[in-house]
Amino acid sequence: MRLFDLRLIIAFLFGLYGVVLVVIGFGFTTDEDLAKAQGVNINLWAGVAMVALAALFAAWALLRPQFADPDKQPLKEL
Amino acid sequence: MSVLAEADLRLDAGPIDYALLVIYFVVVLGIGVMARRSVSSSLDFLLSGRALPAWVTGLAFISANLGALELMGMTANGAQYGMATVHYYWIGAIPAMVFLGLVMMPFYYGSKVRSVPEFMLRRFGKPAHLVNAISFAVAQILIAGINLFALAVIIDALLGWPLPVSICVAALVVLAYTALGGLSAAIYNEVLQFFVIVAALAPLTIVGLIKVGGWQGIVEKVTDQEQLSAWPATELTGIDHPVWSVIGLVFGLGFVLSFGYWTTNFAEVQRAMSAKSMSAAKRTPIIGAYPKALIPAIIIIPGIIAALIVPEMAQLKAGDTSSGVAYNDVLPLLMRDLLPNGILGIAITGLLASFMAGVAANVSSFNTVFTYDLWQDYIKKDKPDEYYLRIGRLATVGACVLAIGTAFIAAALGGSNIMDYIQALFSFFNAPLFATFILGMFWKRMTPTAGWVGLLAGTFTAIFIYVISEPSFGIELLELPGQGASFLGAGLAFAVDIVVSVAVTMVTRPKPDSELVGLVYSLTPKKDRAHSTTGEDAGWYRSPALLGGGVLALTTVLYFIFG
Repeated sequence: MRLFDLRLIIAFLFGLYGVVLVVIGFGFTTDEDLAKAQGVNINLWAGVAMVALAALFAAWALLRPQFADPDKQPLKEL
Repeated sequence: MSVLAEADLRLDAGPIDYALLVIYFVVVLGIGVMARRSVSSSLDFLLSGRALPAWVTGLAFISANLGALELMGMTANGAQYGMATVHYYWIGAIPAMVFLGLVMMPFYYGSKVRSVPEFMLRRFGKPAHLVNAISFAVAQILIAGINLFALAVIIDALLGWPLPVSICVAALVVLAYTALGGLSAAIYNEVLQFFVIVAALAPLTIVGLIKVGGWQGIVEKVTDQEQLSAWPATELTGIDHPVWSVIGLVFGLGFVLSFGYWTTNFAEVQRAMSAKSMSAAKRTPIIGAYPKALIPAIIIIPGIIAALIVPEMAQLKAGDTSSGVAYNDVLPLLMRDLLPNGILGIAITGLLASFMAGVAANVSSFNTVFTYDLWQDYIKKDKPDEYYLRIGRLATVGACVLAIGTAFIAAALGGSNIMDYIQALFSFFNAPLFATFILGMFWKRMTPTAGWVGLLAGTFTAIFIYVISEPSFGIELLELPGQGASFLGAGLAFAVDIVVSVAVTMVTRPKPDSELVGLVYSLTPKKDRAHSTTGEDAGWYRSPALLGGGVLALTTVLYFIFG
């Protein structure tokens, strides 16, 4: 039983989402978008938060590589 | 639910929103494909080989519950009843989750059973086992259908796909990753889904709070000040007298309903059973309790805000139903009004992910009970493990096909009534089960006959209360609006189960002590209930008791601040 590391998948998904949102926030935010979100560039801020989350999970996975227990013997059937 | 389709909730989703949605589904299916490589036995497929770390199983534990009913139901409650909704989290979940981890997990995990019905089998024998396994399997298929229907309705409302198409597409996606990767894929996706839901709801809450003028703005704008305090929740319970309302809440919701749900529902307990050690299994529900205590901030507050700033919702709250929206529509309406393209795509993804995970939790717990508790125990015994792995996969396919069927039944019956009905059905099934479990775990004398007789007596009591209080049956002997009837039904079912079990035990023969080791408190050596405190389980911050105490303290503080 060898499971792949979920932390890297979380880092990948939110890294990608974060970058996309930051790009939208910087480059493609219209006044209408801003008005909708009460003047907050919500894409930019949410994007930054997601990149930070991704970085956190990536760092955790790199610093403590052990994830699921690879040597775990399945428990005996009853 | 049917009301949802009437109002125009079509969101202004652009190409970028669809792209973000598609990325998510590619990752979800990718997880299924990758998880397949780690599956080499039925235990790998049905219980993730018991190899998962506690934070993963802990997040999956609450995510499995964070489905359509929860997300739409609780935002709706927030809009309708205000702060009283926090009881569903703080009284209605946290104590039971801590209890499951500290008191019941040693028996579930320690006895190495593979499902909740299997515990029934070893404690009470075949009749109780069969009653429990069959009713659980049937309930899961029905609920999977309701979840699938809710998912299809929201796809229809948001994206404009016809209902039959979205039911089938949603079922196919769930089928693809659960049939490939089994419980590991379901659990991984639940963890991912947890973060996506937070990423969807947090920006919505923040923008909403800014629009309404912060917490101060809410306090000033809410017209009915009672809705800003959680007690005595007379509107929620439907009980006019404040003292009885609080008693109903604490005993009905806080004790019987919530303990029944969280401690005996295999779709939840299964997540903890897949943890890699006794310590991790005990910590699973307790780790889940922390986000559970905090998540009302991004579920209930948006509900309250929606009632203040979404014009249709404010109209509805004032009693004007002409716009066609229902309280269930809080999230789509807020998304429509507050989120620009980009983050809107994340929010749509979060909603769909949440609804899908509900279906996946039903399917992945159904296939375990079907394979181990029904097929292996009663139909084909003593086959090699590969055979049961194959049966597990086939059961997954069968479950999805059946769920499509029950989804169409739900669609045909339509409306929110079916949701209430299933919720009632499920809650009065869980309350007696909890009574039987708790008695059976702590009283070694309790006999196998008492096990199944008590269970049936409790269930029939709850059904009786439901029948005489539900207006549509026409014999309304009890008038209890709101959740009052199910609180009462669950409480009585619990009491009747205990009384009947004790009475039957007095006149029937108990099992010999030797067969109850590991299943009953007084016959289980302390070392078998203890967890290791070395290696991956070392450190004070991994102590289940300390973590459990911490979340109870946190909840108490939250009640003092916001109650």
